[in-house]
Amino acid sequence: MATFDLNDDSVVVIIGTGAGGGVLANELAQKGIKVVALEAGGRYLPADFVNDEWDSFAQLAWLDTRTTSGDWRIAKDFSGLPAWIVKAVGGTTTHWAGASIRFQDHEWKALSTYGAVDGANLLDWPIDGAEMAPWYDKAEAKLGVTRTGDRPGLPGSNNYKVFEKGAEALGYKDVHTGRMAINSVEADGRMACHQTGFCFQGCKWGAKWSAAYTDIPAGEATGNLEVRDRSHVARILHDDAGKVTGVEYFDAQGILQMQKARIVAVAGNSIESPCLLLNSASSLFPDGLANSSGMVGKNYMRHTTGSVYAIFDKPVRMWRGTTMAGIVQDESRHDPSRGFVGGYELETLSLGLPFMAAFLNPGGWGRGFTTALDHYENMAGLWIVGEDMPQLGNGVTLSDAKDQHGLPVANVHFDEHPNDIAMRNNAYKQGIAMYEAVGATRAFPTPPYPSTHNLGTNRMSERPEDGVVNKWGQSHDIANLFVSDGSQFTTGAAENPTLTIVALAIRQADHIAGEMSRGTI
Amino acid sequence: MKVEETGLTRRALLGRAVAAGAMAVTGAGFIAAPDAARAMEVSVVSPAQMATLMQMARDVYPHDQVPDRFYAVSVKGYDAEDKKTLIDTGIADLDAAARAQGHADYLSIGWEEDRVKVLQAVEQSVFFQTIRAGLVTGLYNQKDIWPIFGYEGESFSQGGYIDHGFDDIDWL
Ligand SMILES: Cc1cc2nc3c(=O)[nH]c(=O)nc-3n(C[C@H](O)[C@H](O)[C@H](O)COP(=O)(O)OP(=O)(O)OC[C@H]3O[C@@H](n4cnc5c(N)ncnc54)[C@H](O)[C@@H]3O)c2cc1C
Ligand code: SF4
Repeated sequence: MATFDLNDDSVVVIIGTGAGGGVLANELAQKGIKVVALEAGGRYLPADFVNDEWDSFAQLAWLDTRTTSGDWRIAKDFSGLPAWIVKAVGGTTTHWAGASIRFQDHEWKALSTYGAVDGANLLDWPIDGAEMAPWYDKAEAKLGVTRTGDRPGLPGSNNYKVFEKGAEALGYKDVHTGRMAINSVEADGRMACHQTGFCFQGCKWGAKWSAAYTDIPAGEATGNLEVRDRSHVARILHDDAGKVTGVEYFDAQGILQMQKARIVAVAGNSIESPCLLLNSASSLFPDGLANSSGMVGKNYMRHTTGSVYAIFDKPVRMWRGTTMAGIVQDESRHDPSRGFVGGYELETLSLGLPFMAAFLNPGGWGRGFTTALDHYENMAGLWIVGEDMPQLGNGVTLSDAKDQHGLPVANVHFDEHPNDIAMRNNAYKQGIAMYEAVGATRAFPTPPYPSTHNLGTNRMSERPEDGVVNKWGQSHDIANLFVSDGSQFTTGAAENPTLTIVALAIRQADHIAGEMSRGTI
Repeated sequence: MKVEETGLTRRALLGRAVAAGAMAVTGAGFIAAPDAARAMEVSVVSPAQMATLMQMARDVYPHDQVPDRFYAVSVKGYDAEDKKTLIDTGIADLDAAARAQGHADYLSIGWEEDRVKVLQAVEQSVFFQTIRAGLVTGLYNQKDIWPIFGYEGESFSQGGYIDHGFDDIDWL
């Protein structure tokens, strides 16, 4: 494993090692580029993962202070936990479920397709489906996505079988066990899925792709990548000419260090990335780095989500098997006759009893609540993921609260857009109808969890005044400052975001390498 | 209504037993497990307060098939110096709310429906919300409670559910 000097100003510094940062680090290292990746969290491998919901959450989740505001229910029920994000090498790819689907072509062009929507700050991406197709191919190969290439699908679990039967009863056609970054057969030196049912807690078999035990060790093996874990970046530094020169970070001992850099790539997820840019304000950039557009931290999206759980008169035992290997895609189309723009996916989901108690109806109590849990064994569940509207007022600002290093933390503000509410209600109705078609005796339209998909707070735009980064994720204002995570998303589309984050990171690595060899950055 | 007047329900028995410090009372499955016994040996809060907390735990998350010992474990943590003010004032307010609804105190109310009405009166209080939120993990995260709900938990130790019924549904 490489180690680089703090004064080595030829390295690319990447902040965060999740889906975006972890992949970018490996891709650059494979091309012979020297990389220092700074990760706030510790290093955990499959042997360390704990198949217990709360213990795993305590081990891996980002638990540093955050605050919330806005009319979303999260601000009331989980006021200190706006998002469910991981703080560890590999980032949230340790907890993620692996659903890996491409954007539909029209979703790259939300503004042109949907037209202006009141209260929404829609914009077209500066790239499209044709441009992204080859990068998606590479991303699917890297993640070993089932039902792409020659990779077979996963087998259907109990939860899937109930879901599939209900979907067919409603006449849905595009129904299958998902395109999942989970090995259905042994591949890439990793085992096939053993249906252990703890995808959200880190896959102990390594069957599910995570940057933690694929891209990161692969990058380290090249001798070009140094990952410094427990290194929390406090500030990005720049020179008088406005080029970034390095970063300050608190190391594992809490000591402030300075790492020089030729290029800095921010990949701390959509909450920490804008927070860091805002915390890096200086006399030259009083509103924060890369923020001449004023869009840093704005347009926060979290997908229109929610779950439907239903009880049957016989056991389902939904916790057995992969957590999210099941999808209905028929509702993902854009069809304004449903009363909203954009579409949504329905995906199987199960929670264990401890998480079900916390999330089924947060704050609920009494027999209305407990009789639901009494029939936990007879429950099936699905999750809604749909396109939500970017809104100028939604986003990340610096809070008055401070973290353990004395840095201002992120406040996450979210007000629901009428389009989000209309979509969620439609999805609840369809999900409940699916289960009722299979004989459900009771159904629960469960509110969104703390956000697992966090997007849009440093968005990509053609014109510098509309967003923070260009079509390469390069900041409009500062040529050697990149954004490499989900915060680049111009709009959210109906699909789970990670495959797109990975595809963008692979493409960005190619661009950075090209620009470096041309000497432009 | 006095505790005595509520009759010989398990609940009333429990209330009287702990109020009198008569920890030896055991009926069929009556807080017989060692952890429950430990949970009931209070040092900071009074036995009556602990009995109130246990009753409250059961009324907030009632599962008739779940024995008392799990509820006892879930509130045991409030028997601590740093929780004393919260518990003293919280239970005083709860009993005041019970009196306002015509009862002697919370614990002496015979019907769950009537206790729930009292709880609803204090639902917005820090006391209620602290107890309720604490129970979400305090009760449901006890591994021994999972089998009562049919939940099997981890399967890694047996090689996953792949050969243990991940797709065995037979009634569809
Ligand atoms: C339970 C769960 C299930 C999910 N399932 C799916 C799914 O099925 N499909 C899908 O597409 N997506 C899924 N997701 C979402 C997916 O995990 C994220 O979209 C993805 O990981 C985001 O990538 P990222 O690079 O933006 O950030 P992350 O992967 O979150 O990585 C960010 C990293 O940056 C680090 N960091 C932050 N700030 C700093 C700092 N100041 N200094 C140093 N390091 C810092 C963090 O510690 C973290 O490790 C799921 C998420 C969760 C929580
Ligand atoms: S169900 Fe499969 S992918 Fe999920 S944790 Fe278990 S083995 Fe890994």
